[in-house]
Amino acid sequence: MDRMPAWADAVLVPLISLLLAAFLSALVIIAIGENPIDAFKLMVDGALMRSSGWGYTLYYATNFIFTGLAVAVAFHARMFNIGGEGQAMIGGLGVALVCLYIPWPHWSLALLGSCLGAAIFGAAWALIPAYLQARRGSHIVITTIMFNFIAAAFLNYVLVNLLRPVGAMDPATAKFPEATHLPTFQDMFSTAASPMFRGAPANVTFFLALLACLLVWLLIWRTRLGYEIRALGHSEPAARYAGINPVRTVIIAMLISGGLAGLMSVNTTQGEAERLILNSIEGAGFIGIAVALMGRNHPLGVLLAAMLFGFLYQGGAELALWTNIPRELIVVIQALVILFTGALDNMVRIPLERIFLAFRRGNS
Amino acid sequence: MDLMTILQVLDSTVRLATPLLLACLAGLFSERAGIFDIGLEGKMLAAAFFSAAVASLTGSVWMGLLAGMAASLVLSGIHGLASITFRGNQLISGVAINFLAAGMTVLVAQDWFSQGGRTPSLMGGGRFEGITLPLAETLRDVPVLGPIYYELISGHSILVYVAFLTVPLSWWILFRTRFGLRLRAVGENPAAVDTAGVSVIGLRFAAVAICGVLCGIAGAYLATGLQAGFVKDMTAGRGYIALAALIFAKWRPWYALYSCLLFGLLQAVALRYQNIELGGLVIPVQFMDALPYILTVVILAGFVGKAIPPRAGGEPYVKER
Repeated sequence: MDRMPAWADAVLVPLISLLLAAFLSALVIIAIGENPIDAFKLMVDGALMRSSGWGYTLYYATNFIFTGLAVAVAFHARMFNIGGEGQAMIGGLGVALVCLYIPWPHWSLALLGSCLGAAIFGAAWALIPAYLQARRGSHIVITTIMFNFIAAAFLNYVLVNLLRPVGAMDPATAKFPEATHLPTFQDMFSTAASPMFRGAPANVTFFLALLACLLVWLLIWRTRLGYEIRALGHSEPAARYAGINPVRTVIIAMLISGGLAGLMSVNTTQGEAERLILNSIEGAGFIGIAVALMGRNHPLGVLLAAMLFGFLYQGGAELALWTNIPRELIVVIQALVILFTGALDNMVRIPLERIFLAFRRGNS
Repeated sequence: MDLMTILQVLDSTVRLATPLLLACLAGLFSERAGIFDIGLEGKMLAAAFFSAAVASLTGSVWMGLLAGMAASLVLSGIHGLASITFRGNQLISGVAINFLAAGMTVLVAQDWFSQGGRTPSLMGGGRFEGITLPLAETLRDVPVLGPIYYELISGHSILVYVAFLTVPLSWWILFRTRFGLRLRAVGENPAAVDTAGVSVIGLRFAAVAICGVLCGIAGAYLATGLQAGFVKDMTAGRGYIALAALIFAKWRPWYALYSCLLFGLLQAVALRYQNIELGGLVIPVQFMDALPYILTVVILAGFVGKAIPPRAGGEPYVKER
């Protein structure tokens, strides 16, 4: 046995990577003449010390849970789905069509319908890259990148030429009808005596995201399909030998991934904006990559990493408001997290493995 | 459409194809050596910012060009470290580099210039000016050929000519030199190169460095040639279009020239005309925007001439298994 214990692999490696990323981010903040400790305090104050801050943190986290799960499910089949952005965009179109053209009596029914619409549209957008990868061997990373751009152009066309209300200037749909509005945390948890989550966009979709975590865990580790996905991810020849159909499994895994990415739009489109706008995704599809890498493709890890990024997002907005640090600091932190937990994984892992081995030798 | 309009569209095709071409050739060197690079976008963006920033601070566009190449080389170094030294996932490393550039450029721009993530507009020596080729003025009035020479061939900045000369140069290096043969071999079968006693790691780092230099020139051209200064996210997906062009070109230099000119033409037409009417059928501008990507997917699907990437692409080389 020359390997690290499982807990070190699951907790220690991402933690050290995160610390490295945080350390470099602190250096960046110092370099632009601000105090990293003050900045961190400001972020905590803005994101976690008020209920409205939590409302934003959880709202962002909801997006990142969905996109993180989307990337994670694909990773289990050793597919790198970089197209969460496009799938979420088209998922938003599904939400908009369902909300605008079906007269819903109550928001709960509308939520079911829009989830279905978002998942189907998102999955449909992943279908062609999935098919091309499985059948024709076209690299999924390249095709999903291309599909992000095609999705942006397509959505632009649909919003400008088809769904824009007459006389409106900005490329967006009409406001969704009143009956489809989802209850926010403010509606759910506030009482007249103690207002909570005032004005924050977090809404009932957050619980849907938690449910999605549970379902993905069940899918990956407790079902036959999940076993097939993981087997394929570990070794395609072995999976094939065991009678697993790789084409079918790849396509199903990518459909689930695309559907999860699409579901993100329920939160942004129906939950927050209450109409479909052009850039409702705002890069959340890409943050899903960082979230899945940090969460080690486990739903619990994805949940925690999504919360962390929700905090960073809301805290970053506070920083941009009160200091000279622009929001793009979050993009840098995100890049460093992806770099250390994804690409430079071995840089952390190999020395750590050596330390563990040295300890073991010392003990025996 | 008269000759002048056609020439103007072609002229802007050449300008718009230049950054694509440089980035595409950059990717060509890297991917031929077996290192996938989806970080072209980020390298161009970083180079665009640092070239514009240094050009505006020093007033010399050549200093800007050097700074742009240096910035791009640093990112190349990170990519090499992650994907060659530590055998990490090259795609993830590329994604990280794109975000690093997107964030850092705005952060540094805000810190240095406080203009909301842009650099001051470049003037005079801070830009690459167009070069009027010899005899362009005198030949201008010759029918047909004169305007073609004056409008289309003459009057571009030096980097445009550099980009077009890089095509035969790349072909020569890759297919007519020992270095090129080894570089291509390392992308197909690194074990064979290693057996022959040539350093796989050294060759791959060399390829990644060439990629960095070319991306640096591409970025510098964007900010100091095509436009006058840096604005946030100014590459606007050009790195990905270059990637698409590379696949479209099936990893060959001359085809890269043609595919970049094609994609440049699409951009130029989309820029000039909003909607195009073809016999009663209106083609929306969004379709023109998406066309490079759609074409690439079609090519990748292998229905029209299959594009086969270098065999060892994307895989880190492990000496002993």
